[in-house]
Amino acid sequence: MKTFTYTKAQSPEAAVAEAGEGVRFIAGGTNLLDLMKLQVMTPDKLVDISRLDLGRIEQREDGGLTIGALVPNSDLAADRRVIDGYPVLSRALLAGASGQLRNKASTGGNLLQRTRCYYFYDTATACNKREPGSGCAAIGGFNRIHAILGASDKCIATHPSDMAVAMRALDATVVTLKGDGDRRRISIHDFYRLPGDTPEIENVLEPGELITHVELPGPPQGEQLYRKVRDRASYAFALVSVAGVVKVEDGKIASAALAFGGLAHLPWRDFEMEAMLVGQAPSTALFEAAADKLLAGARGHGSNDFKIPLARRTLIACLRDLTGV
Amino acid sequence: MAEMVMDQAQRPGGLDRAEQGLLGAPVPRWEGAAKVTGAAPYAYEQSPPGTVYVAIVPAAIGRGQVTGVDAGGAEALPGVLAVIHDDPRMPAGEGNSRAKPQPNTGRVYHYGQAVAMVVAEDGEVARAAARLVQVRYEETPGRFDVEKQAPIREHGLGFLPAIDKGDLDAAMAAAEVTLDETYTTPVHFPAALEPHATTAWWEDGQLTVRTSNQIAGAARKTIATALGIEASRVRVLAPFVGGGFGGKTGVGPEAVYAAIAAERVGRPAKVVLSRRQTAYVAHHRSHTTQRIRLAAGRDGRLSGIGHESVAAQNEIGEFLEPVPFGTLPLYAGENRRFRTDLVRVDLPATGAVRAPGEAVGTFGVECAMDELAHRLGIDPIELRRRNEPEVDPTNGKPFTTRRLLDCYTQGATRFGWERRDATPGSVRDGEWLIGMGMAAALRGNFTVEAQARVRLEVGGRAVIETDMTDIGTGTYTILAQVAGDMLGLPMTAIDVRLGDSDFPASAGSGGSFGAGSSAAAVALACEDVLAELALRMNAAPEDLRLKGGQVSAGGRSAALADLVRDKAVEGHGRMAPGKVSRATSQASHGAQFAEVAVNAVTGEIRVRRMLGVFDIGRVLNRRTAQNQAVGGMVWGLAYALSEDGVVDTRDGRFVNPDFGEYHVAVNADVPQIECEFIEEVDDAANPVGAKGVGELGISGAGAAVANAIFNATGVRVRDFPVTLDKLLAGLPPL
Repeated sequence: MKTFTYTKAQSPEAAVAEAGEGVRFIAGGTNLLDLMKLQVMTPDKLVDISRLDLGRIEQREDGGLTIGALVPNSDLAADRRVIDGYPVLSRALLAGASGQLRNKASTGGNLLQRTRCYYFYDTATACNKREPGSGCAAIGGFNRIHAILGASDKCIATHPSDMAVAMRALDATVVTLKGDGDRRRISIHDFYRLPGDTPEIENVLEPGELITHVELPGPPQGEQLYRKVRDRASYAFALVSVAGVVKVEDGKIASAALAFGGLAHLPWRDFEMEAMLVGQAPSTALFEAAADKLLAGARGHGSNDFKIPLARRTLIACLRDLTGV
Repeated sequence: MAEMVMDQAQRPGGLDRAEQGLLGAPVPRWEGAAKVTGAAPYAYEQSPPGTVYVAIVPAAIGRGQVTGVDAGGAEALPGVLAVIHDDPRMPAGEGNSRAKPQPNTGRVYHYGQAVAMVVAEDGEVARAAARLVQVRYEETPGRFDVEKQAPIREHGLGFLPAIDKGDLDAAMAAAEVTLDETYTTPVHFPAALEPHATTAWWEDGQLTVRTSNQIAGAARKTIATALGIEASRVRVLAPFVGGGFGGKTGVGPEAVYAAIAAERVGRPAKVVLSRRQTAYVAHHRSHTTQRIRLAAGRDGRLSGIGHESVAAQNEIGEFLEPVPFGTLPLYAGENRRFRTDLVRVDLPATGAVRAPGEAVGTFGVECAMDELAHRLGIDPIELRRRNEPEVDPTNGKPFTTRRLLDCYTQGATRFGWERRDATPGSVRDGEWLIGMGMAAALRGNFTVEAQARVRLEVGGRAVIETDMTDIGTGTYTILAQVAGDMLGLPMTAIDVRLGDSDFPASAGSGGSFGAGSSAAAVALACEDVLAELALRMNAAPEDLRLKGGQVSAGGRSAALADLVRDKAVEGHGRMAPGKVSRATSQASHGAQFAEVAVNAVTGEIRVRRMLGVFDIGRVLNRRTAQNQAVGGMVWGLAYALSEDGVVDTRDGRFVNPDFGEYHVAVNADVPQIECEFIEEVDDAANPVGAKGVGELGISGAGAAVANAIFNATGVRVRDFPVTLDKLLAGLPPL
């Protein structure tokens, strides 16, 4: 591990004032510390935000929830308001990591998890995300867990979070504090970036910008589901996951929100596919057409080719479950 | 000294006369509480004052030559004491007592090979500095893709010679039904929870090495050889070892590095491999390719069986996975061919990992038998019954104890095998396809020399000393049970001291021979003690009755403590293989059963329950034996479904050398697993009559899972692990 300095922030304002080149915020540390030990990330300074007063879940007047960035994953999953109003989120959280990790991992940190690409973790290999311009060893290498949608010729990594997939299906908003004291509210749909030519930039946060809260709108109507397909029953990242919120009314789909993990550099959502479903009577034929739309641009890279039929089958099965077909 | 050379089946009399019933009882592990509370220190956890830290510099190329080292950047880091790269004693790879560790010539045999080390005041500084050491190389093209290398038939590696009996080709041509299929298994990491670690220090020219190793005595010889000193100048201590699984049978370069570092800086030195380094610096099980041929009549009786395989090794490794070893005595058939060809690669060394041979060989042969049963329309158990040999069908030697048929019968009843629907894909539970599978388990039994000392001390406590290790297997406990029963003492009156190379030499932990051999040596040492006690009682040894700390003979009774009030009694025991070891065919056996559920949408596989029924000779401790057997079955489950060390064939690196992406089974993967023992004491195996158990549980377990997947889905996967992507195309349409 590279030597670093460490300070404890006393307030969000003090935390962002400490930020700068080579500075990282640390909360649960479940991802950052691993990466530092491997020297994948080598910050000069850590600003510990874990003692800030950002650990509460509060109900807003509009019926939505405001979740502090430091709420542990396990607490968020077990919150009665989340279980009742946003079961997709609770289930996604519980599908992730292990009990020990969920106790330490924070809501804000979960959104910012780095990819689990094998080559990102091996500092001896080429990785544009870890070392911009060095190349991508996953392309042409072993890429079983890699992206089939939205990848670029610079990076085919996936986003590993389960929670963020549910957040995307729930139209969450990320609330931040910037170094200049400004607050921002960023829709989760605008929060993440595709890899393009700059896979090292994974979201729209500015340097030193701190996530303070995540806001959920009021509980959505309809059925909710999180389905995670993985190689072992626990402690494995999704090969494909689906967060779905679908409402059926008078025999027709009234609304549909579907987000996908394991397929892309970010939690994936296809609004055009959702529009195809709305107003239609649920049927296997409709779901197959939706899967065709979702995967029209999908591209495998060898060892992850199977994700295309897997995503197709999983989506269709999820839609059946959500609509009772 | 009481000795038994196994020239015939035999048993120490004191063992038969034991009255307390300790032996075989499910006594909890003696060191269990100390381990779970952290009171049992591992090799990295106790250091003498002034200890310095060693970090290994790994080779950044897959094959070539080190041409220079620039240590300037590393040496400039505060806290760095030395960068060592030119000591010719620094091994290039692992060694064992039979082979001198390959000396450092600057040659790079594989990516991640240790080529230099940093010694520093602090562990993190040492690791950071290791990254600053600039090593220059002359790189040459490497052989990283095992599938692209031509197999070498005449190689001289391994202990198992090629066997060609009768004419298999003719048997195949003449048979009514044949099977000719190829199965492959991937790189398998031993993956012990405690990474390889060593603390070493010198005092007056004497080296003490506190290390994580399965065989203390052999480690002493290897370290001495590597350093070019007399073995008497080296003492190896391994009292607690956090799992070995074969990966700690040899001595890794890091242990010798620590000794060299300690010598160079004049202070104790310690080293631990990171999880990722463990994959490169310690050995793994080779990938294998296995061609299985079966020639059978319509009644299922085999006229021929072939198990021809290929396994890999690097330029300096001397081990070769004995893939068909377990198949040799398993099934009848006149015409038999077994061999393992070698592919040379420029990858980390392959070596013995839990059940070398059987762990992988049973995938091939036991899946092939399942396939044959399906083709013939014969129940898989019935097919195996029809091919049960009377004597070892390969070498003609008589079996000692073989209760394989009983394992099938008892297992089938307990598991509910009669409820299995032989038509694949016909049982469904909602979205899940349900299947049952079974396989035979077999692991060769080895009789290996071992010695032990038992001292009945003044005051009446007994002390057992041997250089045997306890790698999580229960050695401490079973040895105390043996001595407790034979000396009539409670467990609390016995101290067991292990893992010190200054103690009498044992075989160490490996090959499932540790428990039987060391328990036999302790039993014989107790016989030696009993002989002296008999003299003090003025009685014949066979007339002694020992129980609850009391000795009685011929109507007289005395407290054991009184018999040793003035003078301790020390006994020595030695057991060695003999004529009966060579003249018989010995193995542990079992029947494995698995029920799996395969998701009809995604192909996800979840094992629902497993049962193993095992014939392991005498059960020394029902709890620890069960722990071993069930642990092995979990290994088999994980190797069947997810463990897969992936090599990047472009550069010889492992793609997934960590627990994040190398998937061992986690709790959620492990269902209800039960095991039963069919206990028949095998007096030809060793004086305590116990056959090997530690490696039996993995044998056949993976094949039972794979066979259950076929029964559930109708999809036969011959390329392990069986992951969902290999099932997708064969799943029912949505």
